[in-house]
Amino acid sequence: MRHDHLITSKQLSRGDIETVLDRAAEIDADRAAVADRHAGKLLGLLFFEPSTRTKMSFETAMKRLGGDVVDMGSVESSSVKKGETLADTVRVIEGYTDALVLRHPKQGAATMASEFIDVPLLNAGDGAGHHPTQTLLDLYTIRENAGLDDLTIGIMGDLKYGRTVHSLAYALTNFDTSQHFISPESLQLPREVVYDLHQQQDAQIREHESLEEVLPSLDVLYVTRIQRERFPDEQEYQKVAGEYQIDSETLEAADDDLTVMHPLPRVDEIAPEIDETDHAAYFEQAHNGVPVRMALLDLLLSDAEGQGGETDE
Amino acid sequence: MSDDHDHHDGNADHELRVSKIQDGTVIDHVHGGQALNVLAILGIDGSEGEEVSIGMNVPSDRLARKDIVKVEGRELSQDEVDVLSLIAPDATINIVREYEVIEKHRVERPDVVEGVLSCPNRGCITTGDEPVTSRFEVLEDGVRCAYCETIVRDEIASLIETN
Repeated sequence: MRHDHLITSKQLSRGDIETVLDRAAEIDADRAAVADRHAGKLLGLLFFEPSTRTKMSFETAMKRLGGDVVDMGSVESSSVKKGETLADTVRVIEGYTDALVLRHPKQGAATMASEFIDVPLLNAGDGAGHHPTQTLLDLYTIRENAGLDDLTIGIMGDLKYGRTVHSLAYALTNFDTSQHFISPESLQLPREVVYDLHQQQDAQIREHESLEEVLPSLDVLYVTRIQRERFPDEQEYQKVAGEYQIDSETLEAADDDLTVMHPLPRVDEIAPEIDETDHAAYFEQAHNGVPVRMALLDLLLSDAEGQGGETDE
Repeated sequence: MSDDHDHHDGNADHELRVSKIQDGTVIDHVHGGQALNVLAILGIDGSEGEEVSIGMNVPSDRLARKDIVKVEGRELSQDEVDVLSLIAPDATINIVREYEVIEKHRVERPDVVEGVLSCPNRGCITTGDEPVTSRFEVLEDGVRCAYCETIVRDEIASLIETN
């Protein structure tokens, strides 16, 4: 894999994805082997939006590779509060670090930021746009549980604003997958994503309003939160909210091997009673963020050094 | 059949409604109803005293109904022609000097237009205070922001940046 930056999952080939996931599996099996691999390296964390899992897993990943992080801290305590542009911020911090991780509320922020810097930039979420590192850990989890080919996956919830959904949908087109998108009409996939999937990726996708019609055929059900704040009024939200929650009764119609995933945080989309079943993979999914991001950082930092991502243990 | 036919044959009356210019540009074969958007792209609102003639919904062999815009004393830049192509893909540009057409060509849709359209997505990074020039990929039936990837198919003229 040779990329200067990771902005969107659209830039990842099947080979790129397999390289990262294979490396993650190696690291997962023997983390001690890479404990000092990037000693002395610094990763800059620029989070302009709140984040728990993504930020902490990047921090953990870098430290488990022997490196360290510098953290911009909250927007409130940074120069952003003084009106500094993102372009200036990344140009300053790239001088301190070997790579940058950026989360920003504006779509296209990572694309723009990457045009101002030379160190590798990882997009950790840009508004409703993309979240490619989440996608890599999602794919890792799917591969572990159900394989990535001959796969029928349902993706349910807020598909309109859900950046994890957009990134996952693009990446899955590299594999032999059938994608079913389940959402209320008001939260269907953006037309830009549908355009890409149909016109550029030529993917076979289907959209549904009801989970019932596809649940029995699914190998994986990827649930996202229906965001109440997106609805124009509470009544509209209440019309659909209950239909997109799953519990034990819902899953009676599912295959015994169904894997249930969620990028977290969840609110009430998945009943706690599912947590202890064999279906639940969402905590495993969150934990996979560390080895996958370790693999990604290893490959990018090694590429930056001209090592080509080859292991040297 | 060449649409020049319009000017020299049965539609001479329409030609008379739009007088000849001495020096400048004639933008012909603009889709009917788009003439005012053409003026918007050129930044012409009459306030600078520009001399402009417009024919709207004139019969045309090629387009059935077309608009014609004649701008005195101004030759269009390539950037202006590029953006014109987005709303007037069949337009012909005639450069006129001393009442003679000295250059005539069809517009060609560029692959990318930079710095001329603003993204309608309020969540796009280009809509803030960043030092970034807008960039749109030109699709067959619209344009797409190179940053937030929003696709715009209708009302492209409304995205023209005003300085």
